[in-house]
Amino acid sequence: MEKLIFRYVLRFLLLVIIQVFVLNKIQLSGYINPYAYIFFILTLPFDTPRYLMLFLAFFLGLSIDIFLDSSGMHTSATLLIAFMRPWIINAISIKKEFEPKSFPDLHNMDTRWILLYSIIMVFIHHTFLFFLEVLSFSNLFSILSQSIISSFITFILIIICFMLESKQNKRI
Amino acid sequence: MRNLINFIKKHYYFFLFIALQAIAILLLIQSSHYHRSFWINSTNYISGSMYQRYSNIEEYFALKKINKSLIDHNKKLIKQTPYSFLKTDQNIFEFNDTLYKRQYTYINAKVINNSINRRNNYLTLNKGRSHGVDVDMGVITPSGVIGIVKNVSSNFSSVISLLHTDVRISAKIKKNNHIGTLIWNSPNYRKVSMVDIPPHVNVEIGDTIATSGFSTIFPENIPIGLVSNYDIKRGENFLTIDVELFQDFNNLYNVFVIKNLFGKEQKELEEETIKEAVSW
Repeated sequence: MEKLIFRYVLRFLLLVIIQVFVLNKIQLSGYINPYAYIFFILTLPFDTPRYLMLFLAFFLGLSIDIFLDSSGMHTSATLLIAFMRPWIINAISIKKEFEPKSFPDLHNMDTRWILLYSIIMVFIHHTFLFFLEVLSFSNLFSILSQSIISSFITFILIIICFMLESKQNKRI
Repeated sequence: MRNLINFIKKHYYFFLFIALQAIAILLLIQSSHYHRSFWINSTNYISGSMYQRYSNIEEYFALKKINKSLIDHNKKLIKQTPYSFLKTDQNIFEFNDTLYKRQYTYINAKVINNSINRRNNYLTLNKGRSHGVDVDMGVITPSGVIGIVKNVSSNFSSVISLLHTDVRISAKIKKNNHIGTLIWNSPNYRKVSMVDIPPHVNVEIGDTIATSGFSTIFPENIPIGLVSNYDIKRGENFLTIDVELFQDFNNLYNVFVIKNLFGKEQKELEEETIKEAVSW
């Protein structure tokens, strides 16, 4: 159990640092910015208490907001996906029962499930984030295209994260 | 009552979500006010010093570019010194120079965090209140306007970039001194728009746009950019001019913070006038 907590704390810090100092510095054609820090929310164990998940999402979003001066936007979007995660998992899994302490990764779940799960979570997060950023529906098309492209890049990054993680698990 | 408690117990998850979401939205709303004196921004101690450390490393990779821009700036300044002028009038006369009184001083600062790809962009500088930086001071480089200081802590300051939807800067067409307002509404970080110019004004592509000096924040005639296009939008009575910025915001290292020594005086006078006009 301690090992698990340590692992998630480390992952939290690592993802925030990578997001702030690496991903935010890659500015692909001006407007596109991948937000891969939500990998943390994606890989929380299935039996995480719901309140804990919300608090973790809140602090994850807040720490990103502090660095990006975006005041609450990331907090709000991250909270939303943490809130919706149980339903999304429920909706896309055939098997409804999970072993205690198991978490979504390439060993426990099949690849198609991981792909579908990541793309739904990423797309909800990004779309909500970009809407908050503009706070209007005036240029719907540009927001939508921007969120689709950014989602796609984040999605690829998250799949790479999943693959790296499964490699690490094999070694243990 | 018991039913109510049971109801809340059963759906506590939902209520917790709403409560936390409310905090986030509150943060979002209060940030749109001009002065946010809140610690959720990059001027606080932890993120400020982390950005400082990062930029110390990153700066090495840009030394060549920084040197080049400094050389250009020096060249410009040397051109203005008396040594670079040939004296054509040999008559000697003395005068006590009371014509000039210093209005602006400059504080040099380093950009330690910057973004260009969001709707509302901010910068963080490594100078703060202890170096004399204060809220509402202008930030420039030799080749253009950068933004306005919004928050200061003792060692860092956070600047609203020109690339921010709430920023409005008074600017003029340099050749005929017509005044307009600069706003940023395109996703392109190299372009801003100048609005509120009457349609009879003579504008041509390639004209220089500079600051007007009407606000207390920026001195007059700081270059901003060149006119790249202009037209009258449908349903409007004023020209909209596209301005291509001289300064590449993706390439910012050293900036100057402007302190206006007479800014307070001017502002007080203007406010007094407005007050009196209302009370008539």
